[in-house]
Amino acid sequence: MPEARQVAARSAIGSLALIAAVVAFAAAAFAYTAGWFSPDRLTPTKLVDAFKSPPPGAPLGHRRNHAKGICFTGVFEANGAGAELSRAQVFAQGQYPALGRFNIGTPDPDAADATVRVRGLSLSISTPDGQEWRSAMINAPIFAVSTPQGFYALLDASSSKDPDAMPTFIGAHPEFAKFGDWAKNGPWTGSYAEERFNGLNSFIFVDGSGAEHAVRWSMIPAAQAVAVAPEELAKRGPDFLEQEIAERIRGGPLRWTLSVTVANPGDPTADPTVAWPEDRRTIEVGTLIVQQIEAEADGPCRDINFDPTILPSGIRTSDDPFPAARSAAYARSYDLRTSEAKDYPRTAPGASQ
Amino acid sequence: MTAIQRFTPLQRLLHWVIAVCILAMLFIGVGMVSSVEPKYLTLVSIHKSLGMAILVLALIRLVVRLRYGAPPLPADLPEPMKLAAYLSHYALYALMIALPLIGWGMLSAAAYPVKIWGGVYLPAILPQSDSLHTALWNAHFYLAFVFFALILMHVAAALFHALVRRDGVFDSMGPALTRE
Repeated sequence: MPEARQVAARSAIGSLALIAAVVAFAAAAFAYTAGWFSPDRLTPTKLVDAFKSPPPGAPLGHRRNHAKGICFTGVFEANGAGAELSRAQVFAQGQYPALGRFNIGTPDPDAADATVRVRGLSLSISTPDGQEWRSAMINAPIFAVSTPQGFYALLDASSSKDPDAMPTFIGAHPEFAKFGDWAKNGPWTGSYAEERFNGLNSFIFVDGSGAEHAVRWSMIPAAQAVAVAPEELAKRGPDFLEQEIAERIRGGPLRWTLSVTVANPGDPTADPTVAWPEDRRTIEVGTLIVQQIEAEADGPCRDINFDPTILPSGIRTSDDPFPAARSAAYARSYDLRTSEAKDYPRTAPGASQ
Repeated sequence: MTAIQRFTPLQRLLHWVIAVCILAMLFIGVGMVSSVEPKYLTLVSIHKSLGMAILVLALIRLVVRLRYGAPPLPADLPEPMKLAAYLSHYALYALMIALPLIGWGMLSAAAYPVKIWGGVYLPAILPQSDSLHTALWNAHFYLAFVFFALILMHVAAALFHALVRRDGVFDSMGPALTRE
C-alpha cells in the first residue's frame, strides 16, 4: 500500500503545516496587539521615558514627574450645591476625609523650588459609600498641548540638544503659545497656599436624573496671592515651598474653594489648551480644608497614585484624551517607583518616628 | 463502553466560554498596557471585570471537573505526550485561577480601588505594599505570556489530535454540536 501511505504522509504534512499556520497567526496577532510591530505607537512606557526621569544623579524611587512634593491631610466640606450637577456622594452636604500632595512639576526630586514653573495639587477624597475621587491639578490656567502625542513631542523637544527642536515644536503646536505666555509672564507666588489649582481636563458630571454636564474645576485659594519674582524666590532656598507650607499650617488650616465651571453646549471639552469663556456658570461646591502637612517620605500620600480617572459614580471621563493618557502614564510611573522602593528614603529628615 | 468518552455538556460549555474569555483577556491585556488612547480606560475596565468573571467560571469548572472527571486519553498515546497532556492541564487550571487573583492582589497592593462591572467595588485582598506590588506585577506580566504560550501549545496539540492522530481526543471537548 505504498500509495496510500504516501497520501497519508502528505495529508499529515498538510495538517502539520495548517497547525503551524494557526499557531503562527495567533502569535503574530498577539504581537501586533502588543504593539511589537508598531514602533511609532505612543505607549505609556515611551511617554514616561520621555521625561528622562530621574535626571542623572537624582535618586530612584520617586514619581517620574511632579517628583518633589509634600503630603497633606484634611477634609473636603461639601456645601451640597454640587448635588445639582452630580449624584456622587462627595457633593452631598457633609465632611469627607481628604488626602493629598502639594508638588512641583519636575522629574527631579531634588529640584530647587524656584526653578520649577508648574505647581500641583493632588487630591483624594473618600466618601462613606466606599468610593473615592482622585485628581491632580496644576497652577497653569490652561494646558500646554492639545493631545497626548503633542505632550510627547513637547517632552522630546525640550530634552533635545538640537537648538531647532523647540522652535520646530512650537511651529507645529501653535496652541502652546498661550501656555508659553503664562509660563513666561504669569505671576509667581511664595506659597502653595496662594496658588489657584486647575483641573484643566473636562469631565462629565452625571446628576440624579441621569442628565450629564460637561465641567472643569478649580481650587481657589482663600489666601491672598502675592506676586513674588522668581529671582526673589531663589533666595529663599531650594525647599522654600515645603518649609513655608509646614510653617503656615501652624497658624491654622488652609482653605481652597472647589469651583466647578459648567460648559455651554458646544464648548470644547476635548482640548485643555482652550479655556471656556469667562461668563460660564460656576458653582462653588465646597471647601478643601488642609489641616496637617507631613513630609512625603513617611507621609500618607507617598503610596498613592493620584490617577485622575479614579472617579466616583456620578463623575466620568469626557472626550478629553488626557485623563486616559495620564492614567496609563501614572500607572507606569507607579510601577517603576514601587519597584525601586529600596532606593527611596523612607524616613524624612526630622520625621516623627 | 463504561468509561466516559466525552466531557459532559456542562464541561464543554464551560471550556469554550472560558476559552473565548481568556483569549479576549490576553489580547486586551497586551493591548491596554501599550496604549495611552482613550480606549485604555475601556480596556482596563473590561480587563478587571472579565478577569473576575474568569475566576468565578474557572472555580466552577474546577469543581465540575473534580466531580465528573475527564475521559481517558487513548491507550496508544505515547507516554511523553500523556505526561505533557497532564502537566499542561494542571498548568492551565492553575493559571486561569491564579492570574485573576494575582491581578486583584496587585491592584490591592497599589491601593487602587478595584471597581468591576461599572460600579461594584471589591475589597482589597492585600495591604498597600511596594514590594508585593512589584512581585505581583512581575508575576502577572510574565505569567500572562506563559499562559498565552501554553494556550498556543494546547491549540496545536488539540489540532494534532483532530487532524493527524484522529483519535477522538479533540471530539471529547469538541463544540456541543459535533457528533455524539
